[in-house]
Amino acid sequence: MSAPILEVSDLTTHFFTRAGVVKAVDGVSFSVGAGEIVGLVGESGSGKSVTGFSLMGLVDPPGRIVSGSVKLDGEELVGLSWDQLRALRGSHIAMVFQDPMATLNPVLTIGTQMRLAISAHDKTSRRAADARAADVLTRVGIPEARSRLGAYPHEFSGGMRQRVAIAIALLHGSQVLVADEPTTALDVSIQAQILTEMRDLAAETGTALVWISHDLATVSTLADRLLVMYAGRIVEQGPVASVLRDPHHPYTAGLLRSLPATAKPGEDLFQIPGTTPSLLDPPPGCPFRPRCEHASELCTADPPLEMSRDRGVRCFHPLREMVSV
Amino acid sequence: MSLPAKSGDASQSPHGFVHVRNVHKHFGPKLTLGDRIAATLGARVETRSVRAVDGVSLDIVRGETLGLVGESGCGKSTLGRMVAGILTPSSGDVAVDGAPVMADGRKIDTRVQMIFQDPFASLDPRMRVGDIIAEGPLAHGLTSKSEQAGYVAGYLERAGLDASLVRRFPHQFSGGQRQRIAIARALAMQPEVLVCDEPVASLDVSIQAQIINLFLALQRDLGLTLIFISHDLSVVRHLSDRVAVMYLGRIVEEGPAEQVYATPAHPYTKGLLASVPRLVLDEADLVTLDAIEGEIPSPLSPPAGCNFNPRCPLAQERCVRDDPELRQVRSGHLAACHFAE
Repeated sequence: MSAPILEVSDLTTHFFTRAGVVKAVDGVSFSVGAGEIVGLVGESGSGKSVTGFSLMGLVDPPGRIVSGSVKLDGEELVGLSWDQLRALRGSHIAMVFQDPMATLNPVLTIGTQMRLAISAHDKTSRRAADARAADVLTRVGIPEARSRLGAYPHEFSGGMRQRVAIAIALLHGSQVLVADEPTTALDVSIQAQILTEMRDLAAETGTALVWISHDLATVSTLADRLLVMYAGRIVEQGPVASVLRDPHHPYTAGLLRSLPATAKPGEDLFQIPGTTPSLLDPPPGCPFRPRCEHASELCTADPPLEMSRDRGVRCFHPLREMVSV
Repeated sequence: MSLPAKSGDASQSPHGFVHVRNVHKHFGPKLTLGDRIAATLGARVETRSVRAVDGVSLDIVRGETLGLVGESGCGKSTLGRMVAGILTPSSGDVAVDGAPVMADGRKIDTRVQMIFQDPFASLDPRMRVGDIIAEGPLAHGLTSKSEQAGYVAGYLERAGLDASLVRRFPHQFSGGQRQRIAIARALAMQPEVLVCDEPVASLDVSIQAQIINLFLALQRDLGLTLIFISHDLSVVRHLSDRVAVMYLGRIVEEGPAEQVYATPAHPYTKGLLASVPRLVLDEADLVTLDAIEGEIPSPLSPPAGCNFNPRCPLAQERCVRDDPELRQVRSGHLAACHFAE
């Protein structure tokens, strides 16, 4: 693996609401190498999307990055001014969102929107911009791209719209692409097409991909490395297949066991008791403690991240004692 | 499980408990009186309609769970709503236990109840949980004002909720708990058939498992006949005895769940199953998703011949010409493809 292109360390994003401080992201560290695909997995409220927004510098008040660092190719992003960030967004780090209709402007043609995105960072002629837009659209699997530039978003299907959104994110050959549930709203056959295309794309262009999703199976077919988030923290990380085959954190294990795909048809599924905790002034200690069957006195303290080779886990009672190197 | 014979004489054939016969639902533009007169006089009036459900027949045995799968726009929800009597078919019949559902379009049929995908939209935010559940049973005389409290508490507990929560409003519950309220409301009508339209699609994985387990318990304990509509093939596999796969308003394959998943007969089912991402447990496994090419055509102008022919790897000249009938390929296993065997 080459040197990391994106380095996140101890990222902490809090929302200062009237009811109290919501610790949406609470000390998250990870890095992504060029061409690597990292899957960030968690349930609603785990902080996975806020982590994505934090990378882009898109956290709105009352939220704020409280501490930590996000380094893109060695350059610190936290603390940059809006204009400095704007110069990087779209050209060096780009994002794809779940709902393409929220990304695309319904009253502008695809061509206009792509030309705007190109001119935000580069000065080119209209002809050159069109050629570039058509080229990128072809790369994400849109047929007859040239003639589709004059079309409006509503003339595309959901899958095609998401492809356009991905194409816009790719226009400037960003080093890092953050994708927040980009295939969740799509049908499985369309999702399969896009997953295959994204994997080829990362391999071809060397773009580092941070793929945020709630779906373990989708991430496992795409990603090289898996980060499992719970209550604003990464509780487990490692190579995808290794983590899924042999989860160390009780939460990861519980999540896997509760999938219908891992059970016999008609049998009761494993249930993780309780619900995800509120991130509003959470009690100290391991956030999974109230739902964990292995919890003990120890767990009232904060478990540190234990790394062993390429695996990491934040738990005092990991399901397998990790071999120290 | 054997399928009742699909014979032509409707009078004596042993129909399923839920019997759907050649049902169509077409959504067309509303014609003005002038347009209608012009059309009858032979003028060309734009009457293109969306064939949401286009000739579906189904028989479901009592106590059985039928999984209805397909991608968006395939007509699975429309079919579910017709069985529940929410939509009236453009043509064709739906009957439960021999009696038509919503025959005159006015009489409310309580034998079929429905559970919807979004528990934030399906519960009235201004009603207390107790009233939400009691409203239907009171209106239909299943309980009385004096017995209401105990009646409601029973169904709340059946759905896995604490009966002390009756005074609360829907917004005070999480998504999973709201879905339990919706289930309690449906059960309180003492239905014989439950139509569930994507009931776990909007829930988190750990909550989804709890609701799936609740459905398993309902199947076991109440012997309900279930129609379980979902785009999630693994959830359907887990809960269903039989599975019907829909594409562009038609059933393209139907059969026992384990058979359809293990040896799909229709190329669309094969493609759909191959598109589902699986958990990868081995580093050496480079997963290839054999995606179905292209996209679902518009139901306004379905392709000639077999609906699936523009995307089908097996398509031949015949598929553009002839529309394949749904025919038996194995005992109780039907497929609508010229080449299915």
